[in-house]
Amino acid sequence: MNNPNDLTLADARAALRGRSLSSVELTTAHLTAMERARGLNAYVRETPEQALAMAEASDARLARGEGGPLEGLPIGVKDLYATKGVHTQACSHILDGFKPQYESTVTTHLWRDGAVMLGKLNMDEFAMGSSNETSYYGPVASPWLPPNWSEEQARTAMAGDKRGLLVPGGSSGGSASAVASRLCLAATASDTGGSIRQPAAFTGTAGIKPTYGRCSRYGMVAFASSLDQAGPIARTTRDAAIMLRSMAGYDAKDSTCFNAPVPDYEAAIGRSIKGLTIGVPREYRLDGMSPEIEKLWGQGVEWMKAAGARVVDISLPNTRHALPAYYIVAPAEASSNLARYDGVRYGLREPASDITELYEKTRAAGFGAEVRRRVMIGTYVLSAGYYDAYYVRAQKIRTLIKRDFETVFADGIDAILTPATPSAAFGIGEKSDADPVEMYLNDIFTVTVNMAGLPGLVAPAGLSGEGLPLGLQVIGRPFDEETLFALGEVIEQSAGPMKLPKPWWE
Amino acid sequence: MSVDQATVRRIAHLARIALSDAETPHLQGEINAILSFVEALGAVDVEGVEPMTSVIPMKLPLREDVVTDGHIEQKILANAPLAEDDFFLVPKVIE
Repeated sequence: MNNPNDLTLADARAALRGRSLSSVELTTAHLTAMERARGLNAYVRETPEQALAMAEASDARLARGEGGPLEGLPIGVKDLYATKGVHTQACSHILDGFKPQYESTVTTHLWRDGAVMLGKLNMDEFAMGSSNETSYYGPVASPWLPPNWSEEQARTAMAGDKRGLLVPGGSSGGSASAVASRLCLAATASDTGGSIRQPAAFTGTAGIKPTYGRCSRYGMVAFASSLDQAGPIARTTRDAAIMLRSMAGYDAKDSTCFNAPVPDYEAAIGRSIKGLTIGVPREYRLDGMSPEIEKLWGQGVEWMKAAGARVVDISLPNTRHALPAYYIVAPAEASSNLARYDGVRYGLREPASDITELYEKTRAAGFGAEVRRRVMIGTYVLSAGYYDAYYVRAQKIRTLIKRDFETVFADGIDAILTPATPSAAFGIGEKSDADPVEMYLNDIFTVTVNMAGLPGLVAPAGLSGEGLPLGLQVIGRPFDEETLFALGEVIEQSAGPMKLPKPWWE
Repeated sequence: MSVDQATVRRIAHLARIALSDAETPHLQGEINAILSFVEALGAVDVEGVEPMTSVIPMKLPLREDVVTDGHIEQKILANAPLAEDDFFLVPKVIE
């Protein structure tokens, strides 16, 4: 066997169950790979002792013929999930030193099913970003080499400020980079406007944002509560299905969590898509769209047809309003959620002579530039005199966006096929001086899904002319993740195996 | 709509984020770029449209009105930058 950390989650599961590999061996291989890959900056905290203790316990259970669906399988956890007694800061300075006294429901489910925690993964601060460059802990590098770069050149950049190396996308950049670099078999991620799907597309991995309410948000650091949803990033669509089955499920501690049984998503992998009707929304065909993305999309249509699906043109007329409306709703909710960081109860505290100064100095020092900007936008659109013009109007537009989807689903569309991102990955530092709106455009194909609460899956679909990974997105009816897994598998199989980069970073 | 520097300072104060004079013009430019990006929404016809309140139609679950936890003072204070006995410590609020 090659390195055990090159296995997919499904293959590693088979090896553990067949006792040809132990969880301790598998976990050790990952810990070693993580140590050698520190230059990528994917992990902000490694938890080797905890990982090995969990692996030993898993091996004991496996030896007795017991164990859960993820028994002994090492995974990474986005820094946004509360993990008891372990670094949880959503990669913000303002949560310095914060160690939760409780565990998030999603990670509780994963440990219940036997998964092993390798550590906490880097991310954009409070999940606000599309490149993982807003993290207090610095940017994450993608394992994909920039076009025409030598390995030596990449290693030099990695040792420095990382400029020019590719971003893994964001906000779940650490999750995507670690999965693509084989530093974990799979990872938890989260998606408010595209933070699972865009990084998956940029790194040649698979990711799903399930329907709003499918996973509990309890113990996830809140960004925009009506949009945030947990989901996995994994190397294959099948692996994402295995992860989601464990992550999802009802939780009384989150009043928006949906109370319905979790299907065996993996059973949908390989299911025929014959007879399904797939919509292709004309509004997603943007002016000045990259010919490469357009070609990939067309290729996706052909794959769907070849697998027996019917493909039809559809219209989602309010699509163009989604991103601007998102940039009202999300900052508004963020400004409210982030009001809790006051320097009193946890995290950073700046010395001050009175309480107002304590708040103002702590929040100025603790929040990075992007977070400050969004909190201020949110404060403005919620302030007296502007609430109706901005916030209420944006929520009305959200109703229109959701109605667009309801209309096509009522007309018999089973799922919708779109590009995942407007381009392949860009370089670290490339957009940092640009207008913030330019970075926001990364989410143009993904954000509608959050606004409407729908499930969206991105599967690896091939490489750009420059050899960088590209993804395709499928959007489904509420709680019909299974159709998305079936379609994602068709995309993945039609595209052929994604050949992940060799470890030049070691 | 765009904001002037006085408005930027007012928003910063409402958000309880200290802002230096040097940062203000730059932040003003960025906020105005975002506001001009969302401006097109003003032209959308939303007459008679209900604002969204719940993206998935579901009833808010209710439970019995009973105490389900408590006596976790130490856990609550465990991450406090400054605490004494069972209290968070802050600068003097009342003269």
